[in-house]
Amino acid sequence: MSEEYAIQMKNITKIYPNGTIANQDVSLNVKKGEIHALMGENGAGKTTLMKMLFGLEQPTSGEILVNGERVHLSSPSAAIAKRIGMVHQHFMLVPSLTVAENMVLGMVPKKSGVFIDSKKSVELTEEYAKKYNLQVDANAKVMDIPVGMKQKVEILKALVRGARILILDEPTAVLTAQETEELFAQLKNLKEQGYSIIFISHKLKEIMEITDRMTILRGGRSMGIYETSEVTPQEISRLMVGRDVILKVEKEKAQPGSEVLKVRDLSYINEWGKKMLDHVSLSVRKGEILGIAGVEGNGQKELVDMLFGFSRPNSGIIEVNGESLIGLGQRQIRMKHVSLVPEDRMLYGIASSATIEENLISDRSGSPEFNKGFLFNMNAIHKKTEQLIRDFTVLCKNRSQQVGSLSGGNIQKVVVAREFSNDPVLIIADQPTRGIDVGATEFIRKKLVELSRSGIAVLLISADLNEVMELSDSLIIMCGGKIAAYFEDTEELTDELMGRYMLGIEQQDPEEIRRVCHE
Amino acid sequence: MRLLTTDFFFSIIRIATPILFATLAAVIGEKGGISNIGLEGIMMMSALFGSLSAFWSKSWVIGLLVAMGVGLAEALLMGVFAFKLKTNIILVGTAVNMIGSGGTIFLVKIITNNTMGSALTSTTSLITKNLQIPSIQIPLIRDIPVIGKILSGHSLLTYLAFLLVWLTAVLLYKTPLGLNIRSIGENPNAAASVGVSVSKVRFITIGIGGILAGMGGAYMSMYYAMGWSLDMVAGRGFIALAAQSMGGGEPLGSMLAALVFGFAQALGIKVSATGVDSNLVAPIPYVVTIISLVIFALNQRRKERRRYKAAV
Repeated sequence: MSEEYAIQMKNITKIYPNGTIANQDVSLNVKKGEIHALMGENGAGKTTLMKMLFGLEQPTSGEILVNGERVHLSSPSAAIAKRIGMVHQHFMLVPSLTVAENMVLGMVPKKSGVFIDSKKSVELTEEYAKKYNLQVDANAKVMDIPVGMKQKVEILKALVRGARILILDEPTAVLTAQETEELFAQLKNLKEQGYSIIFISHKLKEIMEITDRMTILRGGRSMGIYETSEVTPQEISRLMVGRDVILKVEKEKAQPGSEVLKVRDLSYINEWGKKMLDHVSLSVRKGEILGIAGVEGNGQKELVDMLFGFSRPNSGIIEVNGESLIGLGQRQIRMKHVSLVPEDRMLYGIASSATIEENLISDRSGSPEFNKGFLFNMNAIHKKTEQLIRDFTVLCKNRSQQVGSLSGGNIQKVVVAREFSNDPVLIIADQPTRGIDVGATEFIRKKLVELSRSGIAVLLISADLNEVMELSDSLIIMCGGKIAAYFEDTEELTDELMGRYMLGIEQQDPEEIRRVCHE
Repeated sequence: MRLLTTDFFFSIIRIATPILFATLAAVIGEKGGISNIGLEGIMMMSALFGSLSAFWSKSWVIGLLVAMGVGLAEALLMGVFAFKLKTNIILVGTAVNMIGSGGTIFLVKIITNNTMGSALTSTTSLITKNLQIPSIQIPLIRDIPVIGKILSGHSLLTYLAFLLVWLTAVLLYKTPLGLNIRSIGENPNAAASVGVSVSKVRFITIGIGGILAGMGGAYMSMYYAMGWSLDMVAGRGFIALAAQSMGGGEPLGSMLAALVFGFAQALGIKVSATGVDSNLVAPIPYVVTIISLVIFALNQRRKERRRYKAAV
């Protein structure tokens, strides 16, 4: 009997104990040997649906069939036994173990019945790496290998456990253009060998390029299954958000003014002695957006940490309007009108159990505007909060709702509302739209452009190439803690060219890079 | 006063033994991501039941096994609270320590009142010389001058403790269980995603710690001191946590740290034996501890600086 479908999820409904309906009557079917996209905004129910398929959650009603056979997936082990493998968005790897050890975790080959057979683990890893053409270094520790290789390890981990059905949750979020291309070639290779792949992504371009069919979710419901070749990106985004989204942000040419942020020869060596920043110099002027592109882990995080006082550089200068920021705390830095949209919004952006209101005024709670004697002036606070919620279209029940209960996009809107509204001269936006829905992304991008055109300096760090290219007036690429390239104009740039600088294949000469200082 | 006598070095090893047991428990626990601050309480409870069982059965072997069993049971109970009922592990550990202090004296009075007709406040009268865990003279080594006097003639458990340092390293780095322990300690989600039962491994991890602490307790009441008495463990369970941290969480390094603490206590005893005012002697172990921690920290910093220079 040859069954056409590898996976059939029929009329799945998932209601959480607190009453949240994550999925309602969703059906998904995946053919053998196809790459199937699962699309939808944040909070559309993609992750929940996949968690049920991988045994991490149980459906409230509905049934799951694997190769035509009805199954009950009570745990990841049960899913693995049915030959389902998942590559999570956040890597499920143990950093201090080697690649081979991570590969065999939970199924360790033994010798003499008791001990780990390291040699066999390495052999097994190399055998699979060769078989599927996914090159990894079996003996390297996971913490020392690049992101692209980590992803391969994750895919190999699923394959070595016998997976025929692979779920990939936003696999390209952290990859360079070249690495993505490589991944796609490998996925196509797997598809030809009869593997089924469920591909979750926000990136329309990739979906169009690699998938055969797609299922679109909106608000926990399925908007239907489509042949990729028969829909346009516009149709997809309409199905996802229920309206046409203008993905291109219109912006006038920048009229850069005087220098706001001045960074010169900034170097930083981290606690493990690794040089994370190596003589980085840059300037951001009034009214311009300077983008920083690069593979994660090439010094962007450290640069932001220095700029916002989370750690101290070993040498170098950081100045905002001529005043040094080095050695200042976050409050003092904020008093110089520097705003930060942090990369990790849940950790640094908000206090998730506090209310929207409390989060919105957290950076200005001491200001005379909101205080009367020893007490808060609640009327003024309510008024300001209501206004910010309206201006930034935060979708919520009321201002006293816990921020943590909002969707990702709305949480980010709360962060942005606070950071953009305190009269900044410099905004540091670190991955401002990562993992949030198209609607909120568009809103935040427009807002950034609008603010920069009103004369604010913006430093934009993003792993999303489209985003940096779209928004930035000029752009630098970081690689290995150094600036590898500076482009005065982003119009002519291609993914291909940027990828070469991001991976360190090419590098501009120091004079070209020095132009970013505008001296 | 002559400090560097063979007796002095002998006493370092003797004093370090119970700390070493608890240190190994802390090392395995921390590798598995479990901060077990209840080791002190477990040692107290094991010490009590070990000595009582030895008395009843007239056998130190039974006493030792019961102490290990009690340690295991108490650790698993901690596991039920911490991993199943999701209580904060630090609170569970604090509770275990309080029971180890107040609960033991309560139990010893009730038990001895019911079995012997009089409520004892310690079991020191019950543990006679023949119930002591035996000392072992090591052939050949005992005949080496100086070294023999230091290394030979310790309790069976002392040799076991040092053997366990090596066994712990083998367990952690050479066996699948050790790999699982290290992975759940670092990224439990990763382990769970490949079908490793995080809860099972956690129970095994804390259970091994309980058995080790139980041996430490048995050593206290059936060798080091003859019989159980109130608060006899006197902070060794906590010192073990410090030793684990000072040793960088690795078995060998933590063993060296445990020996440093043993040295500090031995020094205190040695000095007080010379008749110096006890108020002056009492702080010695703590002063030594602070000094060694400072040396440790300076050393770490120098290492970092060297790495920094190498990087520049």
